[in-house]
Formats: sequence, C-alpha cells, structure tokens
Amino acid sequence: MLSRTAANLYWMGRYMERAENLARILEVGYRMSQMPDLANGGTRNEWSSFAIATGCEEEMLAKHGEPDLDASIAFMVLDGDNPSSIHSCLRAARTNARAVRTAMTSEMWESLNDAWLEFRGHWLQTLKRENLAPFLEWVRNQTSLFRGAHSGTMLRDDAFSFLNAGTFIERGDSTARILDMKYHILLPPGESLGGSVDYYQWTTLLRSVSALGSYHWVYREPIKPWLVAELLILREEMPRSLRYSLSRVNEFLGKIAEGHGQRFECNRRAGQLYSQLCYDNIEDVFQSGLHEYLTKFITRNNALGVSIAQSFHF
Amino acid sequence: MSEETTDSIVSFDEIVLPSGQPRPGMEQIAEWMVSASRSLLKARQAEAETLFRRIGITFAVYGEGGDPERLIPFDIVPRILLASEWDFLARGLEQRVRALNMFLNDVYHDGEILAAGRVPAKLVLQNKAYLPEMRGVSVPGNVYTHIAGIDLVRTGPEEFYVLEDNTRTPSGVSYMLQNREVMMRLFPDLFNNHAVAPVERYPEDLFETLHSVAPAGCDGDPTVVVLSPGLYNSAYYEHTFLADKMGVELVEGQDLFVKNNFVFMRTTHGPQKVDVIYRRIDDAFLDPLTFHPDSILGVPGLMNVYRAGNVSLANAVGGGIADDKAIYMYVPEMIDFYLGEKPLLKNVDTFWCDKPDDCAYVLDHLDELVVKEVAGSGGYGMLVGPKADAKERAAYAERVKASPSEFIAQPTLSLSTCPTFVAEGYAPRHVDLRPFVLVGADKVRLVPGGLTRVAMRAGSLVVNSSQGGGTKDTWVLNPPVGAADEGGADA
Repeated sequence: MLSRTAANLYWMGRYMERAENLARILEVGYRMSQMPDLANGGTRNEWSSFAIATGCEEEMLAKHGEPDLDASIAFMVLDGDNPSSIHSCLRAARTNARAVRTAMTSEMWESLNDAWLEFRGHWLQTLKRENLAPFLEWVRNQTSLFRGAHSGTMLRDDAFSFLNAGTFIERGDSTARILDMKYHILLPPGESLGGSVDYYQWTTLLRSVSALGSYHWVYREPIKPWLVAELLILREEMPRSLRYSLSRVNEFLGKIAEGHGQRFECNRRAGQLYSQLCYDNIEDVFQSGLHEYLTKFITRNNALGVSIAQSFHF
Repeated sequence: MSEETTDSIVSFDEIVLPSGQPRPGMEQIAEWMVSASRSLLKARQAEAETLFRRIGITFAVYGEGGDPERLIPFDIVPRILLASEWDFLARGLEQRVRALNMFLNDVYHDGEILAAGRVPAKLVLQNKAYLPEMRGVSVPGNVYTHIAGIDLVRTGPEEFYVLEDNTRTPSGVSYMLQNREVMMRLFPDLFNNHAVAPVERYPEDLFETLHSVAPAGCDGDPTVVVLSPGLYNSAYYEHTFLADKMGVELVEGQDLFVKNNFVFMRTTHGPQKVDVIYRRIDDAFLDPLTFHPDSILGVPGLMNVYRAGNVSLANAVGGGIADDKAIYMYVPEMIDFYLGEKPLLKNVDTFWCDKPDDCAYVLDHLDELVVKEVAGSGGYGMLVGPKADAKERAAYAERVKASPSEFIAQPTLSLSTCPTFVAEGYAPRHVDLRPFVLVGADKVRLVPGGLTRVAMRAGSLVVNSSQGGGTKDTWVLNPPVGAADEGGADA
C-alpha cells in the first residue's frame, strides 16, 4: 500500500473518532451545566474544564471570550478555522477519504460524504443551543454509520488495519480526556466529595461514553469514582476504555507487522503501553493521582502515534 | 413533441422527424417519452442529481468562486445511435486513431510524411507541442495515443464530422460509465425493453491496453498505476474512478521516485517498481528536471527512465502534436499517406489564418465562422461568429491579425439536436459525442457509444462542461429481434 494512502486512512479514522468524542465531551458539559444552579452562587466552570480537556483553552478564550455554552458551540462545533472543531474533523475526514477513494468501499465514502454534505448544508446554518442535543445525537449516528460501513464492507487488509489503528489511538486519547474533565470540574462550594453533585457528575461522565448501563452490569453497585475510573481505564470488556483501545491498536499494528514480516518500533511501544494497562490496578492509578496518570497516558499514546507514522514512512 | 423551435436554423433532430414522428428505429423510445408522466420524470431527474452528489461525481471549475465541486447537469433522455450508425463510426474512429498513431511515430522518427510534403514540416517541427526530447525515442508497440477521445458532431442522418482529436489526456469516460449506471438505476424498465449495448467493460479494456504496452524488459505481471495531479484537479473524480475500477494504485507525484533508472512507488512495504503509468498530468509537469523546474506534480528523473524504456507512459509524451487544431486539417492526408485508405469520417472545413487567402476569408466572414485558438481547449477563447456582436468580432479580428498562425476558423455547422428534458418539458438541444478509442500494442478497443455532451441552453452550441454543458447517457441500440429485415439490412 502507498504510504500516503496508509496515512490518509489512519487520519480518516482519527478524525471520525475525534468528531464523535467531541460530541461526547460536549454532552458531558451540556448535561453538567443543566444541574440546578445553587442558591449560594456556585460558579459554573463546566465549559472552561471542557476547553481545558480538549486542549483548546487559550484559543477559545482569545476568540470567544470566557467559555460558556454558546462560545463552546461556536468554537468547538462550527468554527472551520479551529482544526479541532467538529466542523474541521468532518471536513478533514472527507478530504482524506477523497484522497484515498480507491482504498475505500463506496458505502464508506457515501457515509462520510453524506455526513459532510448534511453538516455543511444544514447544521452549519441552523445549529443553536436549542438544538444542540439532536445535533450531538446526529454526530453519534453519523459516526456509527461510518463504523458500520467499514466494519461491514471493508476487506480485512492493511487498509482496514491502518484505519483502525488511527481510530483506536484517537479513542484512547479521547476517553482519557473525558475522564480528566472530572478533575478539572470543581465541585460548587458546600458540596462534598461523594455528595449528590459529585454523584451526578460521575454519572454524566459514564453516560457520555454510553457506559452507564455497562457500569451497573459490571459492578452492580452505586456509582463510585474509583470504579468509574477502573471501568474506563482498565476494563478490557469496555469498548471505550484505555485498555480496550490499546488492545486494538496493538492487534492492528501486529497484523500490519505480520504482513510485512517484520516488527517495527511502533509495535514495541504499543505492546509496552498495552501491557502496562493490563498489569496496573486501580489502586496504582489513584496512588499516582488520576490526573497525573491520565496525563502520562496521553503523552505516551501520542508518542505511539508519531512512531506509527515513522515506521510506515507517512 | 418539441415545445420550442430553434432560432433560425432548423437542425436535424436525432429522435424526432420534422413531421413530429419518430425517426425509424426510435419508435419505442419516443413512445416512452410521450407516455412517461412529467411528475415521474421530474422526480427521477431530482433523484439522479442526488445520486451524482452522493457518489461525489463532481467537476471542479477554476477561478469562479461558488461551489468548488459542481455537478454536471445530467439529462434523463438518452441519446441513441442505431447499431448500423455505430458500426460505421467505429470503423472510422479506428482508422483515424491508427493514422494518428502512425503520424506520431513518424514525426518522432523518420519524418516521412514531412519529407513527402504532405504535412508542412514547419507546422510540426516549430510547434510548441512537438517535443524534441522525444525524437528517436521508441515506445512499446509504437503506440503514442493509447487513449484517444475523438469529438464528433452530426448534421444529418449520415453526416458525421470530426470536430477535434484529443490525443493527450482526454477526460469524461467516467461520466459515460456513471451516466449508464444512473440510468439503469432510475429506469430499469427502459433497459428491459431495449437492446442497449453495454459499456461496462471499458475499465477492463483500458487495463488490458495498458498491460499490452508494458516495457519490453518487464518480466512478470507489469505494475500499472494511475498518476493524478491530486484532488484539486478538475478531473480528480475520474482518476479515482478509473484506478478503482482497474484495481490499481492511484498515485501522485510525491508517491513516486526514480532510482537506478527505474520508477518506484513509496509503499508501507518499502519501494515497489512501477512499469506502466496512465498519467493524467500534462507533459510539461511530468518531470521537473526536463520540463518546468518548479513543478511539484511530477517525478524528478522520470523522463530519463522513460527514454531508457524502463517505464511506459500512457499517453506517450509529445502526443499533443496530433491534437493541435492546425494539424487536424491534415488528418485526412495522414489516413491516405499511412493507410492508403479514404477517410471514413469527415473533417470540418477548416481555414488556417497562417495562409493569407484563408486569413482574408476568415476576416471577411467572421459573422459566419467559429474561430478558435490553435492551442486552446475547453471552449475557452473562441469566437462564435453568428452569436457575437460587431464589437466582439472587431476585437477578435485584432487578435487574429496580430498572430494569424495561432487561429483556425470553421463554418458553424447546424449541429444535430436531441430532445432534452428541461423545465418546460422536452426541448431540442444541441449535442456532440466523444467516443473513447483505446489503442494497445495488440489491438484497438472501443466500447459502443461514448460521452454525449449537451448544450443545456436553448440554441446554444457550447457543450463544454466548463461552460455549463450537460451530459446524457449514450445508447447504441441493437434492433429488436425479428425487426432486422424491416430496415432493409443485408443478411
């Protein structure tokens, strides 16, 4: 396969996954902002924590002032100049797809093309805070369609592996960032750790990754922070967890290496990162500090991405 | 059936006779046109548009702002050629393209036709499209134009004219194939009731053609690729389409490199040798070391590999000389000179302003002629005399006087029309036809039909997609079983 094709497939996977996770992150913020405002004037900081989690705090502040719901929609969804907005992700995914149409099935192309045309033709003009919820649902539907299209129609060859390697690198990154939002969201004064607001926040987080039901299924216990963290970091059966994401990255890079008859630096790094997640337990995680643990993961996961590009001459 | 009369000229309509009756052979389609309800046709037309947009069959128009990915209007009424008409055209096309290829081989080698004085040497040797870099270079099978798009127009039942020979990188074949695809999806019954000759094997024919011209030293299966300038090119959709249908890599210049006098592509498995390149990049951008030094589209060193015979390029470098509007005048000479045959397809009478008599005539009759730049294409920079006003003609006359050899002129032909479904219903619109002729080292291949382009505006003769023209599905129609004796066909 052409290196450029591999790069385009890898990034197409990343951008679609990123669009989906941005929608999920926005949903966390949106639901959290719907908590009843407390009489004692508790400050609202969901939106700045959202900006911090997506790594866009400074630009957003510079362009739209103090982060709030409207600024977040304007910057994180609609702004075509912000390379991390949903707008830019959908556009970039489609541009990548156009560049590698020969490596895709027509169903994949049509799902991406439809998503882009509908975003540009409809949502870009009409999206307001009032219809944010149906929009976020639309994004999830589009990304599910794309996933269904490639998992149902693509040959299981290198193209499929590169696409998936990108997807799961991005998913690991996003889940870590979503979980890290909880660290940045301060509890309103007077609210205690483990109190009702805290509980609501953890629940929202689980909901955003569609894992509330799974939590109850796995633990059969009330929501506890360390169990939420365990589910999203260490549980391999949870399809958006760090461990699951890395197991996939490891697997797809392994398939590529097999086809090449040699292993690369990226295989080594992926294996290392995945093993760590297999052998860590939740006590270790909290011992080192959840935020620190996640930050370290994001850095190593990024380095893995760079190493993939180097190994295959992107 | 027609609800609109063309201005002054009464054109030949390919489906409807002046009496309003269908032409012989067109009865069935005419019946369908009358019986299909307008609301159904409108719905199907909208559906066609959605399909084209979804599949992403778009066309980029440069420098006009607006939608950078524009749809080419598609008309749902097919353009029909009877099998007997097509057989004649096919023979004429093959003859013409063979002669063009022999001409190219000749002018880059012995120059016999020039020595014999049958084509003016100056016209060839001093032409910008004639590349001295190609002199004496041998190409596999002596094939230069592997893919030719010959533009034809029709003025009457038996009158077909060649308007232009496209021997460099003719485009539009993807529209021919997708038009058929969309028509079959929208009107399956029409295809059940008509014996329409299939065109689907074109990509396979193209692949076999490219295979046949692999470099002599290539052992094993040659690696074929399609080389595109990238996704901002107006024909990018077509490049992806053809690579996809042939099952070969679509590459850009950055994906290729030259080493040890061979061409390789960069893959995740490391370098892989490339043998045949179907290139959709113009000569001037192929190799920055030989041509434009600042071009980033091409592959440095490609020309050396090519001249060494280690890679085949389709179409061959330097073929533009056969596509020149002045050389066009001499194609009948070529057919006579190389094949000793009479040309089956006619040329349009052409005046070349380099000849003083011709020039004087052209300047006197600007209001009757179409004047074109010898090196122009895409319908840009031409003067349609009868449609221009005195001021435009005067301005154009100045350009012609300034450099007469750059201009040719042709009488305005009364192009045939086809009923076309427009806002008001059916109306006659002018059409042309671009069949695609594939020339391999082994044989000539040709799928029945081609791309029909249609001028969507009433009375307009300009069919180029860059000028708002549309397309139609083109049918070569075999007579229904048992009806063969009706038209007096021989046994």
